[in-house]
Amino acid sequence: MFTVATVLSALELGLIYALVAMALFLSFRVLNIADMTTDGAFTLGCAVSATAAVAGHPFLGLPLAMLAGAAAGFITAFLQTRLAVPSILAGIITNTGLYTVNLAVMGFSSNVPMLKTKTVFTAAEALLGEAAPYKLLVAALITLAVCAALILFLGTRLGLSIRATGDNPDMVRASSINTTFTVTIGLCIANAMTSLSGAVLAQYQRSADINLGTGMVVIGLASLIIGETLFGRGGLWTKAVAAVAGSVIYRFIIALALRANVPSECLKLISAVIVALAIAAPALRARAAFRRRRAQAEKGGAAHA
Amino acid sequence: MLELRHVGKTFNPGTVNEKVALQAVDLHLDDGDFATIVGSNGAGKSTLFNAIAGAFVPDTGTITLDGQDITFQPDYRRSKVIGRMFQDPLKGTAPHMTIEENLALAFLRASGHTSPFSRITRADRALFAEKLSALGLGLEDRMKQPVGLLSGGQRQALTLLMATLVTPKLLLLDEHTAALDPATADKVLALTRQIVAEHHITCLMITHNMHDALTLGNRTLMMDGGRIVLDIGGEERRHMTVPGLLERFAQNAGHALDNDRILLSAEE
Repeated sequence: MFTVATVLSALELGLIYALVAMALFLSFRVLNIADMTTDGAFTLGCAVSATAAVAGHPFLGLPLAMLAGAAAGFITAFLQTRLAVPSILAGIITNTGLYTVNLAVMGFSSNVPMLKTKTVFTAAEALLGEAAPYKLLVAALITLAVCAALILFLGTRLGLSIRATGDNPDMVRASSINTTFTVTIGLCIANAMTSLSGAVLAQYQRSADINLGTGMVVIGLASLIIGETLFGRGGLWTKAVAAVAGSVIYRFIIALALRANVPSECLKLISAVIVALAIAAPALRARAAFRRRRAQAEKGGAAHA
Repeated sequence: MLELRHVGKTFNPGTVNEKVALQAVDLHLDDGDFATIVGSNGAGKSTLFNAIAGAFVPDTGTITLDGQDITFQPDYRRSKVIGRMFQDPLKGTAPHMTIEENLALAFLRASGHTSPFSRITRADRALFAEKLSALGLGLEDRMKQPVGLLSGGQRQALTLLMATLVTPKLLLLDEHTAALDPATADKVLALTRQIVAEHHITCLMITHNMHDALTLGNRTLMMDGGRIVLDIGGEERRHMTVPGLLERFAQNAGHALDNDRILLSAEE
């Protein structure tokens, strides 16, 4: 039912977007913060990387995009830790401001076409030859390297402090850890990863667009939750790899939906429903158990009467 | 070691909810002092601990620890030298992290000079295992398990170990055995005594148990209405009985102690 080309492209996109899923693993799961900066940070990554590539620096574009993403994360963290803006609102504020920043980065144009531009993918093609699955290799290399780096980082003293901040803030302050610092570092890293995802995607599809990041936080969460549901039990390694796997599976679901002639305009709605249901699942299960219990009690009561 | 001068705190000043939580409290603890604190609800015991630990800055007065003025130092800085335990066993540990990782966090206080990117070493692990086995709970064989799997008593014992892994200058115990069943509470209390004595830690312990208040440590403080109304030690304390203590409290506070939990413990 899938051609080789669709499988390849689902794998490639899955790996590229997996960076967002891992970023949300860090902010949403580890730090316990719903980071609304994600959409804007993704577009920021696209814009920076496309602009750099057009200027002839596709490789430099990736670390630059990460720096820009980290800066966006820093602003969100600053708003919530230093200025006491509620964390969701802090992300939304940064995200709104980023719209203008993103347009500015793209020279106040809503898109950057890069049809003839050299990208990291064309560089890999030149190196490996047209026949090799060079796009997949580049995407896999970047994502797996970031994944490994993230896991190694979470095992360091700083990483442990960040994990504890999300797990038990009371205890963290009693352990001489500055939560302002750990939240800031965590959000900087998460948004650097999100931006990197956008940066790779822009070069992959040879265009950047001001709307590319719209709904990215929901898509990332959908991937994260799919991965957690299927493979998420276990240590850090399993959880991070599950986020990558979830992202790939999400892309296969999208490919399947497109194949079933679901119009592509509907995909965001489908993602939203998946995320809403997945996050609501524990509450739905508890409700169902309660109903069953009550129905049983009522039946039992009737038998007694 | 610890010196509080005229420390005062009023919550919600100028509103109908105004509450004078601490009234110009003066307290001096010598190096190695172990003082117990009793008092009814709202007497200011936990507020006193919050002031010392840095949860808020007092309205008046100064707090000095080991010769250093810490009145305006943020809480995470103070916690480098102040260990603290709460009544709720869930407050002191990170449930989704392993025993080993929790201990590594507590150990951070000692390792200010090591890189933030360093990892738990084999030497760290050996030290943690040795300290855990001293608790006598078999936790040294479960170092890779998440703390969320432990019982309340085990978590509280682990928290005690974490609070003292790097010997603190001051240990604050806020009814840390009150939420445990009696047998476990005794065990945690015995461990507390042992660790405090072994490392010669200056310690403040809030308790509602009158017997413990007189037998543990070398000083007994009683609080009422945000003030320390009684502070006894030495010979006087050795000859003090629970009824005697209640009588002295009534004299100094101007009314009898009205906490059921404390009075029940006095009748045991």
